[in-house]
Amino acid sequence: MKRRGFLAAAAVPALAPLLAACSGDSKNQLEIFSWWTGPGEEEGLAKLIKMFKEKYKGVDFKNSAVAGGGGDKAKGKLAARLASHNPPDSFQAHVGAEMFDYVDNKVLDDLTSFIKDNKFNDVLHPATVKNMTQKGKMYAIPVDVHRANLLWFNPSVLEKANVEPPKTWEDLISQNAKFKKAKLITLATGAQWTLLQLLETVLLGQLKADSYRKLFNGGKDWTESDVVAALNVYADVLKISDMKHHASDWQPQLDKVDKGTAAYAVVGDWAYAYLATAKKRKYKEDYDVVVTPGSDGMFDFLADAFTLPSGAPHPDNCKKWLKVVASKEGQIQFSLVKGSLPARKDVDASEFKDYQAWNSKQWTDPKTEVVPSLAHGAAAGPAWSTKITDALGEFTTGGKAKDFAAKVQSAYEKSQK
Amino acid sequence: MRRIRKWGPGLLLISPSLVLLAVFVYGFLGWNIRVSLTTWQGINPSYDSAGMKNYSDLMDDSIWWRDVQHVLIFTLVFVGGALLLGFFLALLMEKGIRGENLFRSIFLFPMAVSFIATGIIWSWLLDNGEGSNLAGINKLFSAVGLNFLENDWHKADSSWAISAVALPAGWALSGYIMALFLAGMRGVPDELREAARVDGAGEFRVFWHVVRPMLWPTVMAAVVMLMHISLKTFDLLYALDYNSPKLETPALYMYRDITDGYYYASGATIATVLVFGIAVIIVPYIWYTMRSERRS
Repeated sequence: MKRRGFLAAAAVPALAPLLAACSGDSKNQLEIFSWWTGPGEEEGLAKLIKMFKEKYKGVDFKNSAVAGGGGDKAKGKLAARLASHNPPDSFQAHVGAEMFDYVDNKVLDDLTSFIKDNKFNDVLHPATVKNMTQKGKMYAIPVDVHRANLLWFNPSVLEKANVEPPKTWEDLISQNAKFKKAKLITLATGAQWTLLQLLETVLLGQLKADSYRKLFNGGKDWTESDVVAALNVYADVLKISDMKHHASDWQPQLDKVDKGTAAYAVVGDWAYAYLATAKKRKYKEDYDVVVTPGSDGMFDFLADAFTLPSGAPHPDNCKKWLKVVASKEGQIQFSLVKGSLPARKDVDASEFKDYQAWNSKQWTDPKTEVVPSLAHGAAAGPAWSTKITDALGEFTTGGKAKDFAAKVQSAYEKSQK
Repeated sequence: MRRIRKWGPGLLLISPSLVLLAVFVYGFLGWNIRVSLTTWQGINPSYDSAGMKNYSDLMDDSIWWRDVQHVLIFTLVFVGGALLLGFFLALLMEKGIRGENLFRSIFLFPMAVSFIATGIIWSWLLDNGEGSNLAGINKLFSAVGLNFLENDWHKADSSWAISAVALPAGWALSGYIMALFLAGMRGVPDELREAARVDGAGEFRVFWHVVRPMLWPTVMAAVVMLMHISLKTFDLLYALDYNSPKLETPALYMYRDITDGYYYASGATIATVLVFGIAVIIVPYIWYTMRSERRS
């Protein structure tokens, strides 16, 4: 008897997770799925959760954040849950092409009336509204906006080399001689995906906003000569980069600029949270930033959003969460720690300082041309962007611009079928 | 009835593992093959038949062939390297070195480290930064004046870049191969060696004519073990340089296809081809061991 009791006691912890999984339908719960586990983003999420708990007491909050690999692990797990009709109450998605893929697969519920009732569509930035709307229906509430076309640099390095931040990509290439003489890297790169982000900023700088947009909505063929010319500029930019000695991720990539062994790095504005908060560096003194060459007045954006999955167990709680996510206070608090910007258009730049204030002014300026980011799911859906990554791998290891363009174009045509 | 009594209990005892194998290995294998014959791309499953199209597409896919080439190069260098190094270590140990237990543990320890940790540590060691970014093994070379050995490792331009990964993989597993060889060498009866020595054979000839022929089963086991590890290496490459086109193998290609682009059907196709590829190596080995067991 004693022994049996011991066995039962030993079995309880082993079975507990199973039991918990079975009783997941507790009446008043909210499960939020994201891949925010890194520095900055985790704190941002914690701020939102705290606001939610203060406002809606009695809701059992479950934070299902999955770590690892820039979200690919989380997305794999999420896809499995969506396919087996076991969705969380809300999950993180990038607005634009990536979110439309979810819509096409009919895993998201229409939020149009909820958004209109709460007048969120009036306060959200028109570019984000456009990228969360398909066929007149809205499917998500964006919580923040990031900018990808940023060139970070170390002012003291530029001063020593006696150069100004480049206005065109050709400028940057011609600066290489000076940096090379000083045994410095002109442009630091990171893991493979940073090369994709670099590609989109070169395309944007060379082709400008209108043509760039058309590349992704089928309005422009990738094999056209001006695109191939821009791709060749990209190949030249890679030649003056440290691609052969690339860093393992974007943080060590920025570290080279921070230490002064590299002059520039193209990194999204998540760099700000890293430099200002984690490294305690001073804006304009220790680091500075301009838009990537040739992209003045353009904002290459990506936005994190929360959704209402079809068949979510607690849709009412999800809507409460979305209200917190959409609120002015929530968006400001979140962006202050994550280094992003609110997805709303009515937040004054004075809420922020340093780089964020500079960026906020451009974001809320109605004249700014907002374009979707390729590397971060806004411009191309998962099927197409995976093929672009494939082709880019061949291009960056000695392939030809023409072949790359042809592959991307044919992958686009296939993905449209 | 009496017959059942004879093999019944045995069957009953192995039935749990038989059922688990049937479901989790062969069941899923079958399901995987089924998925590879569909058009499933996207979050929602679709089982429309695509015939053999996924397979013929794969055969036309330059990325696939590049990745196959990578895994073959890696296997060649890694299996050969780990085998030689493990054998060499075992040869040294076999001579009865003082503190043998300590050395044996030291050589075996790297195997206890997970491949993810190994990959991260070696990504620092194999850094190819230049000038003030010099780091890792290259920095060590430069510090002791062996600058000519400085290397781009797995970031080199050559299509053989992936062979640099044999370094961390061999570091992790050569201790294990050493243990295998050591056991094999110790398994050779002393009487045989003595007899050879009495007949006037030197140490080298004792090894060549007495020990070596008795090591073949060990070599076979070690090669099969290393090869199947090498063909399914995933975590090490993933941690060493995430999504690098120079280090991509079919296993990583499959993973990227499925998690990034939801290409379930073509991912399943790669998985199926991999399974049959590995079977080509494993099945003859199983056949060989079964036959030699029956003989003895």
